[in-house]
This record gives sequence, C-alpha cells and structure tokens, in this order.
Amino acid sequence: MAETETRARTGTTTTRTAVRLEAVTKDFGTVRAVDAVDLTVREGEFFSLLGPSGSGKTTLLRLVAGFEQPTAGRIELAGDDVTATPPNRRDAHTVFQDYALFPHMSVEQNVAYALTVRGVRKAERLARAREALTTVRLDGFADRRPAELSGGQRQRVALARALVDRPAVLLLDEPLGALDLALRQEMQTELKELQRTTGITFLLVTHDQDEALTMSDRIAVVRDGRVEQTGPPVEVYERPATAFVAGFVGTTNLLRGEAAVRVVGRPGTFSIRPERILLTDPAEPPAEPPAEPPAEPLPGGRRAVTGRITDIVHAGAHTRFTIALPHGDRLTVLRQNLDGLPQSARLDGEIGLSWDEKDAFPVPS
Amino acid sequence: MRLSRTARVVLGCVTAAGLAIVYVPLLLVLLNSFNADRSFGWPPSGLTGRWWRAALHSDGAREALLTSLKAGLAATAIALVLGTLAAYAVHRYRFFGRRTVSFLLVLPIALPGIVSGIALNAAFRTVLDPIGIGFGLFTVVVGHATFCVVIVFNNIGARLRRIAPSLAEASADLGARSWQTFRYVTFPAMRSALFAGGLLAFALSFDEIVVTTFTAGPGTRTLPIWIYENLARPHQAPVVNVVAALLILVSVVPVYIAQRLSSDTAGGRL
Repeated sequence: MAETETRARTGTTTTRTAVRLEAVTKDFGTVRAVDAVDLTVREGEFFSLLGPSGSGKTTLLRLVAGFEQPTAGRIELAGDDVTATPPNRRDAHTVFQDYALFPHMSVEQNVAYALTVRGVRKAERLARAREALTTVRLDGFADRRPAELSGGQRQRVALARALVDRPAVLLLDEPLGALDLALRQEMQTELKELQRTTGITFLLVTHDQDEALTMSDRIAVVRDGRVEQTGPPVEVYERPATAFVAGFVGTTNLLRGEAAVRVVGRPGTFSIRPERILLTDPAEPPAEPPAEPPAEPLPGGRRAVTGRITDIVHAGAHTRFTIALPHGDRLTVLRQNLDGLPQSARLDGEIGLSWDEKDAFPVPS
Repeated sequence: MRLSRTARVVLGCVTAAGLAIVYVPLLLVLLNSFNADRSFGWPPSGLTGRWWRAALHSDGAREALLTSLKAGLAATAIALVLGTLAAYAVHRYRFFGRRTVSFLLVLPIALPGIVSGIALNAAFRTVLDPIGIGFGLFTVVVGHATFCVVIVFNNIGARLRRIAPSLAEASADLGARSWQTFRYVTFPAMRSALFAGGLLAFALSFDEIVVTTFTAGPGTRTLPIWIYENLARPHQAPVVNVVAALLILVSVVPVYIAQRLSSDTAGGRL
C-alpha cells in the first residue's frame, strides 16, 4: 500500500495531465448545466474554475469528483477514463463548501477517515492523521469535535482530511466562501503554499476573482456552462477573450458601438482597465474644445479625452473616479493613492484622461 | 410576542385545565393502587402496598406482563429492521412508486385499529391457519409490527432528511463503499433516532388492545387484555389498578426518553 502511495510526484512537472474533460455535457432535466466543455488541468497545477453563481462551475467539479454522471462526454484522471467510475474509486478528494465534517467523529477520526475505510492499521493511520493535522497547523486539536471548532479551524480539518492519503487531485468547492475577509486572505496564502509543498493538483471552484487571480496558475472563466477563456491570471486579466471575461475578471471600462468610436477612435468593442487611465490637468495636453472628435491621439500612441468628475470613492489604497465624457459616456479610473493628484481632481472638476492606445484592448463581444 | 396580563392569566388557566383533564385521572389510578379501601372510597382511608404485593404474586398478571414484553420486543425488533431499511431506501434512492410506497407505509397508523384488527384476523384465518400457524403470540407480534414499523419509519425518515447530503458524499469521496458509508457515517448519525423510534414503537405495542384483541388467540393475554378481562371482577379490581399504574409508568418513561432523544440535534448538526 505504502509503495503505491509514494508514487512519483517529484519535480517532473512536464505536460502530464491530471484532469481532462472532453466534450462533457450535463443536463438536469431540461436545463443544460454544462455544455460540451473541454478542459485540461496539468499535473501539479493550481487551477481555478471562475464564474458567477449558476454558471455550472460546481457541477463541473462534481463531475470530476464523480457525484454526477455526465450526460455526454468523457472524464479522465491521470490519463485513465473514469467517466463511469464511482467517487470512492477516483484518486481525487473534495473539500466541500460546508466542509461536511462528520459531526460524531473527533477531528482525528475525521482526518483518518480515508485511511480507515481502506483498512490501514490504527497506529499508522493515527500517525498520518497527526501528520496531516500538523500540515494545516492544527496540532493539539485531534480530540475535539467539529462542533467545538471555529469556521477557519473546520476548514483546516476538511483540508487535512482530504490530503491525508495524498490524492492525485484535490477538488475545492468555494472553500473560503464561509470565512471572513481577513481569514480568507490568510487561507489564500496558505492554500497556495500547501499546494506548492505537496505538489498535489488543486482544482478550485470560486466566484471570487481575487481568489482566482491570487492563487491560480491557470484560470478557466465559466459562463452558462461553457468555458469562455482559459489561461494564466495575467493573460485572463490583461487580454480577456470576451467582453464577459473582461467585465467579470476585475473591473473594466467596456466601450462598444458609438461609444467605442467616440472614445477609442475605432469601431468594435474595447476594454480599458481603469488603472491604465492617467488623470492630468486638462491644461496639460492642449485640449481643443471637445466638440467634434472628442478624442484625439497624442504623440507616442497615447489617446486623450477630457471629462467631468462625477464621483470620487476613496477605497484605502486607491481612489476610484467616475468621469462623464461630453457625449454621456462614462469611464472609471483607479488611481493609487500616492501624492501628486492633479489639482482639478475634485468633484465636478474638469479633468484630462489619457491612456496608451494598446491599453484599449479589443474584445469580441 | 408579548401578551397582556389578562391573556396570560386566561391562557395559563386553560392550559392548566387541559393538562388536569388528562393527568388527574392518571394520578387517581396511581393513588388508588395504594388505596387501602377495597372499593376505592374517596378520600382513601389509608395507603397500603398490599395490592402491589398481590399483583406481584398474581400469576395471571405476571404471565400477561411477560406476554406483553415479548410481543413488544419482537414487534419493535421487526419494526426497527423493516422501518429503517424502508426509510433508508425511500430517502436514498429515487425509484418508481417511491411516494406511493412511502404513503402505504404510513397508512396503517391512520387506519382505525378495529379495521386493521378485522383485516388481520381474516387474513390470518385464511392464510396462516391452513398451514398450521394458529392465533397466538406470533400473530400478535405481526399485528403490532404493522403500526410499529410506521413509527420507526417516520423517526428515521425525519432524521435522514436532517443529515446533510454532503456527509454521505464526503464519505464516498474519501474512498468508502456504500456499506462503509452506512456503517461509519449514516448509522451513527441516526442512532439516537433509532433508539427513540424503538422506544416509541415498544410503548405503542405495550398498551395496544384493539388490534391485539383480533390477533391474539384465546390463550394469549397481553397486559391490556388481562386488565380488560379482569375489570368486571370485583375481587381483582385493586390488582387491576396496580397493573394499570404499571402500564402508565412503562409507557411514559420510553416516550419521555424518546422525546429527549428526538430533540437532541447532535446527530444531524453541521
């Protein structure tokens, strides 16, 4: 038993796939929750399924775990077809959103469960349960009941329980959803670290873009049962494949139709990230009366417009400005709270805006 | 909700009256079992343990008690096995006729006892009699089991609905087979419901008389039947009181414990 468990999970993180979905479709009655999804998660990767509620991301996770059977398609774990394999014979464990700790068992019994049902000897399973508890920094809690733990501690027990026999894949269903902000950020760091040190493939489901961007090696943005874009966080953020991705991952200024022509100067749909827009005093670039073409390219491929500030929200590290352009278009601008704010950056003040032309990123709508 | 002073007084009185109507007669039975006066004169001329001693030595009462215990335990055992399996099946699996099965299982408790009694009597007469199984303890047990199953089924069903479905999923996810999930997760979570259901079923069987009348043979006397038969005999009256008092105690204690167990949420929490 011990032989097979210490299987090679070393530094050879080449192109082996941990999870592969091929044209997987799942219908619930007449509702199509997952629609012909193709997905590949590489071994040792921290992969996130990011999407709004009802997008089908949890169903995808349950399909990988084996709690749901796909209506069509094929699911592979480590290269083996597991489409018809029940959950108890898949080398993947789940951390549930509600943790699903067994209430009548002690923390230790909970953590050792995967070993208990496989018939591992008591001495060994206790040793390994303690080891897993150490990994999640819960030594000394072995004899408690789940009801005697805080939310964060239960979360850790759930993690230890799922990691105790080192599955090939760990599935996490909104694992941090029930925690408060400070704890959530702490756990984000910890999860990422845990994933790095164990080398286990993590497949995480979340609706929180911060969470996905912070922890993941790659993200798949899910909407209406389809994957809209897959890629590393930087790529998904900086080069969104669709207008939906641009709007869902981070905040953005989406400009389409007439507004695109007026503001960006080209037809199409464009995304300009609010932190890419610079604020200047309107006097600085010699601004013509904003009558006909309200925007004009500046030397160096920059584009400038003027507008009126309609809202200022101070949000700690940065300030968010809402600016109305002459034709009624609105832009959101984020500015780090350093010094040297333009003098006209006050409510109702006329302000100049500029951005690099390549920051107006075209997205298929 | 805040109540006015008058409303509180009135409600208090009504509640007290309601409870008094139920419990004063029961207390009277208890008290009369110690009444020194053979014809239960009121107020009691004195208290005595004579009737309790007499009841203890009454062969008929002792035999009836034994029969009742046997019938109750056997019916409860059957109910626990069948009721649990049925509740688990109805809860765990989706199959054709699931609602119908559920309804048919619960129905016997709503049927008038006399109807069930007559039906069972006729059935036993036509089916069991020809193959040599006469009326006796066995038929009583089967008769009692029909409604005891309902109690267990309802108790276990309610508990299963309160256990988070993710618990069974988590168990399977961690590698457990179906029987292991039942053994390690589902069964412990419904253990107290099993106990409560069993106690209630036993209490129900222990004081049942209508179905018993129709399913018991001439030689089979459960405690309630024994009481009924001896009620009219003047010299047995004091002993009947003692047996009735005993019945009250044997019925109340399990129901009390069962209720405490059912409201205990430890099994279904999280």
